[in-house]
Amino acid sequence: MATLRVLFVDDEEELVSTVVERLELRGIAATGVVSGEEALTRIEQQPFDVVVLDVRMPGLGGLEVIKRIKQLHPDLAVLLLSGHGAKEDAMTGLRLGAFDYLQKPVDLEDLIAILHRAAAGGERG
Amino acid sequence: MLADVFMTGAPPIDPLDPAEVEIARPYLAGASAARLRRTVVLATAAVSLLPLLIISFLYYDQYERSLHAEAAQSMSRQVTNNKRSLEFFLMERRSALSFMVRDRSFAELCDVKTLSLLMRHMNDAFALGSFADLGLIDSGGKQLCYTGPYDLKGRDYHDQDWFYRVSRRGVFISDTFLGYRQSPHFAIAIKHERESGDYYILRATVNAEVLAEQILTAGLSPDDDVFLVNKDGVLQSPSRRYGGVLQTVPILIPPATNEVHVLEQADERHRSVAIACVQIADSPFTLVYIRPQIRSQGAGLSLPRLLLFLLVSVIFILVVIFWGSRQFVANLRAHNLKRAELMHKVEYANKLATIGRLAASVAHEINNPLAIINEKAGLLEDIVKLQSDFPRREKVLGIVDSIKGSVVRSRTVTHRLLGFAKRMDVGSEIISLEELLKEVVSFLGKEVEYRNVTVTIDAEPGVPNIESARGELQQVFLNLLNNAEAAVKDGGHIDIRVRTAGERRVAVSISDDGIGIPKENLERIFEPFFTTKAGSGTGLGLSITYGIVQKLGGELAVQSEVGNGACFTVLLPLRRG
Repeated sequence: MATLRVLFVDDEEELVSTVVERLELRGIAATGVVSGEEALTRIEQQPFDVVVLDVRMPGLGGLEVIKRIKQLHPDLAVLLLSGHGAKEDAMTGLRLGAFDYLQKPVDLEDLIAILHRAAAGGERG
Repeated sequence: MLADVFMTGAPPIDPLDPAEVEIARPYLAGASAARLRRTVVLATAAVSLLPLLIISFLYYDQYERSLHAEAAQSMSRQVTNNKRSLEFFLMERRSALSFMVRDRSFAELCDVKTLSLLMRHMNDAFALGSFADLGLIDSGGKQLCYTGPYDLKGRDYHDQDWFYRVSRRGVFISDTFLGYRQSPHFAIAIKHERESGDYYILRATVNAEVLAEQILTAGLSPDDDVFLVNKDGVLQSPSRRYGGVLQTVPILIPPATNEVHVLEQADERHRSVAIACVQIADSPFTLVYIRPQIRSQGAGLSLPRLLLFLLVSVIFILVVIFWGSRQFVANLRAHNLKRAELMHKVEYANKLATIGRLAASVAHEINNPLAIINEKAGLLEDIVKLQSDFPRREKVLGIVDSIKGSVVRSRTVTHRLLGFAKRMDVGSEIISLEELLKEVVSFLGKEVEYRNVTVTIDAEPGVPNIESARGELQQVFLNLLNNAEAAVKDGGHIDIRVRTAGERRVAVSISDDGIGIPKENLERIFEPFFTTKAGSGTGLGLSITYGIVQKLGGELAVQSEVGNGACFTVLLPLRRG
């Protein structure tokens, strides 16, 4: 099985570095960035299987980022992550093409399971 | 509670308790409604009845005055006519005597034949009231000549009162008297001065009956009475009321003058009568006219009829006022009640929406650091697990587990907050009552723990899930649980039981061992604005709860005894109708 390439986007740097490190420990090629703008740049620079996007970020928010990603890379799987859990955001994200919508804090093993499903283009969790 | 989450130090407010929601208390509850109604009734009665009473009084007063004036005028006219008639009659007789003494010499008058002839001629000239006799008396009082039915010649009158009077005044008309003939008559005498300086008197007597014949009785009603009296109240003509001539009148006749006086006084039977009287000039006669009951004389509005009319009008007006004010106050009250409930609902919804937004925002802020803690703990666990010789490995893994457990607990709280906020306006959904009750109980907050109140949920196995509105059910149970919590003492018990009730319903009973509800309050606790928390409650909590349960197609019942706690039972349909 090929290595899973994941881009983790969240404005909380501590969270990003920790999650990236834990994913790497599990053999996943994880990259972390702390803003929407940075995420869009990275996507243009290197290929990813799944992007995990925080919904609320300063600057470009997750919903805006997913909109742009889907315009340029319609097949790239995107997972939305939020500490807020607003129903409207979830509905908007899913409508924009998000694979799933998760609420923080997420158990890492659960996240990895969903990442694999998303990369495989399988059923939503 | 949310206050615990916020940790702001602000006084703990429970925004989910409708009792905390401030609303404008409608002023038409209980005593206020009665007061308003009383004011409306009094004001309306005053503005409608006062003019009616004043106008009725003025009308009656005016009516009485005009009635009196009219009666007095008619009586006065009658009396004046009679006075003229009587005075003319008396003057005519006096003139006749004057004519005789001027026409004939003393010597001729001393001749009885001449005197008889004169009397016959005079009586022929007067159709009525002819002279009964005629006598000539000298200045010594001796009757010199007499013609009439008796032999009175030579009779001496010098010591009689009438002789004295006529000698002094020249003319005299006597009271009616019986005299020698024992039949009522009166005398007219005139004095004539002779050239020698001496004088003589011509005296005639007239039958008293002719006086009565002079009194005009046309236009009198059967109750009216017109008669003559002398100054002592002795009848000079027959009276319908007081009998024949020379009887004494039993009432006081007011002093008469030449002018007619009409006044009202009581008769001998204490009935009100109008009396008109006038003096007949140059005579001892007073003409009296008595008319009973002036008020009943005229057609129109008598006092009893006026009072009856007033009574009927007043009753009618009062009935309309009472009915109208009752309708008015009831409508106003219903309107106010509806408005207050609406305001309350709107405010309550606004508060919930605010809480929802606040809860979401707080949860978000907490979830981010929680995620970091979670991941850091996870990373620590990863590192420890990767190194089999990590010092005190098991101890560290235990600590990590503890941290992750706390994260899970915290996450449950924040997710529940978010869930609560999200579900506020969700319509019907399938609900596990047990789960929902657990969720609601968790919102009772630390207060329950601090006060050592035990809350137990006992769900009968196999109770089906129901289709209902989650947010509204949460509100119902929150209200009931808040009430139960307020009712129990520290260390008290609240027991929640969920069981099936027949095939189509589920019953949730919330019982407490608190102070209980007095019997007289049991019937009223679901009424809007009924509260026993003087000053602190709106009295809307249970009424709104009741309204929601009804809206959900359910029923709300209560059983309680003072000192034995209370049990509220909510019956809910399995499916919303």
